[in-house]
Amino acid sequence: MYVAVKGGEAAIDNAHRLLAEARRGDPAVPELTVAQIREQMALLVDRVMAEGSLYDPDLAALALKQARGDVVEAVFLVRAYRTTLPRFGASAPVDTGAMAVARRVSATFKDLPGGQVLGPTFDYTHRLIDFALAAEGAVEPAAEAEPRDDAGTCPRVTDLLAQDGLIEPSPPDDGAPVGDLTREPVDYPADRALRLQALARGDEGFVLGLGYSTQRGYGRTHPFVGEIRVGEVAVTFVPEELGFPVPLGRIRLTECQMVNQFKGSGAAPPQFTRGYGLTFGQSERKAMAMALVDRALRAEELGEPVASPAQDQEFVLAHCDSLQATGFVEHLKLPHYVDFQAELELVRRLRAEFFRDSDSMQEAAE
Amino acid sequence: MATSPLHPGPEEIAARQVVMALCADASRDDLDAALQALAAPNAEDLRPPETGLVMATGRIGGDGRPFNLGEVSVTRAAIRLPDGATGFAYHLGRDRTKARLAATLDALWQDPARRARVEAALRSAAEKAEAARRQAARRTAATRVEFLTVARGED
Repeated sequence: MYVAVKGGEAAIDNAHRLLAEARRGDPAVPELTVAQIREQMALLVDRVMAEGSLYDPDLAALALKQARGDVVEAVFLVRAYRTTLPRFGASAPVDTGAMAVARRVSATFKDLPGGQVLGPTFDYTHRLIDFALAAEGAVEPAAEAEPRDDAGTCPRVTDLLAQDGLIEPSPPDDGAPVGDLTREPVDYPADRALRLQALARGDEGFVLGLGYSTQRGYGRTHPFVGEIRVGEVAVTFVPEELGFPVPLGRIRLTECQMVNQFKGSGAAPPQFTRGYGLTFGQSERKAMAMALVDRALRAEELGEPVASPAQDQEFVLAHCDSLQATGFVEHLKLPHYVDFQAELELVRRLRAEFFRDSDSMQEAAE
Repeated sequence: MATSPLHPGPEEIAARQVVMALCADASRDDLDAALQALAAPNAEDLRPPETGLVMATGRIGGDGRPFNLGEVSVTRAAIRLPDGATGFAYHLGRDRTKARLAATLDALWQDPARRARVEAALRSAAEKAEAARRQAARRTAATRVEFLTVARGED
């Protein structure tokens, strides 16, 4: 017999009212505005945009406010919102070579055309809590300097290596249609484009852990940071009614070019290989981890043994999405009364049989 | 080929893209001020302003095969002026009012007789954007690393 259970409506309504009050916190403390979150929690906003897979800083900031700062919950809100919107089409591929660079560093070459610029970074800070921030106060204005003549041109480090054939070229654009995991379920094996889409929206913590595992020996790739760059790129789109690329505006991206070791074969001279990371907003950790995992997932293509989690594309792609992961883990807290009732009855019956059998065995022994 | 409103040449399109990019980067207030200055006639909607998505694509390695990076929110507007001129706008974000203002400016700009006035009305927005770009570049330049080579040992 199936028994439907209803109820809890009033409890749910009141729980949501309580949530609204808890979200607001102490009313004696001024309420946060969405603009404050967007401007002052910018890296958190970037993370929600990256994992929500929707570039819209105001929306991500609002989602964070609604979610009380819970990243995965905010990602959930953003993903749900996007399902309500029509898709106009796809942009032209963004040109990260033409990025207005706000930060650009290389761990492989000291002297680069365009230079190494640190931008706003936590690197080289002492990681000591700054108690002065607890008090509100004006910030010292940023230093300024005349840009050097070459500041506008920042060739990719990988392009410099490619001039001498020292690194493999990027896979060429053959005009083939690009897979989209938001439209079609992923079929394995998934091509590199699909893997990069999944990693770009993947959970930062999960991708970071996998990237770290490759460094610790689970699918080692001997990585060097060829280059990390952060800055704005123009996005263009060709609407049908206009027939030419329309500039939509600019978005901030972080790109990581990982340079990895590769042994040559009898047929091919030794060349460095590549891992690539690209994310919405400023997120070096994510872009670097993504590049490590991208390279690890190329193991089969490059004739390396596939023996570690980070090299197993089904493992990585099926588990890197924070929303899918939280959905399946958190659904366990929803009522499973009927399922559990069935299990309970089964266990009771088995126990009854167990005790009956052991009783009769004892009688037989006596 | 002669340039006409129906068959714009590449130079005409490039100039229009510059104005479109300027409007996309400008604030709603800037565009509103520009239209006020032009005393523009009321536009009717060809299509009501609408928010949707564009899938932003990148390239593997920065220069290789495309892949889907993630979506961007985009708002579009299409208007017609009383004289029949049409204008379009596609902007990042969800500001329908701003997209409609930009579509109106686009329609006005396409009329060669009004072009100079539209560009003049947008000049302050253009100057503001250029000043912001220059300041960002100067602040970035101040964080450029100047490496010093320290000689060690005997040569």
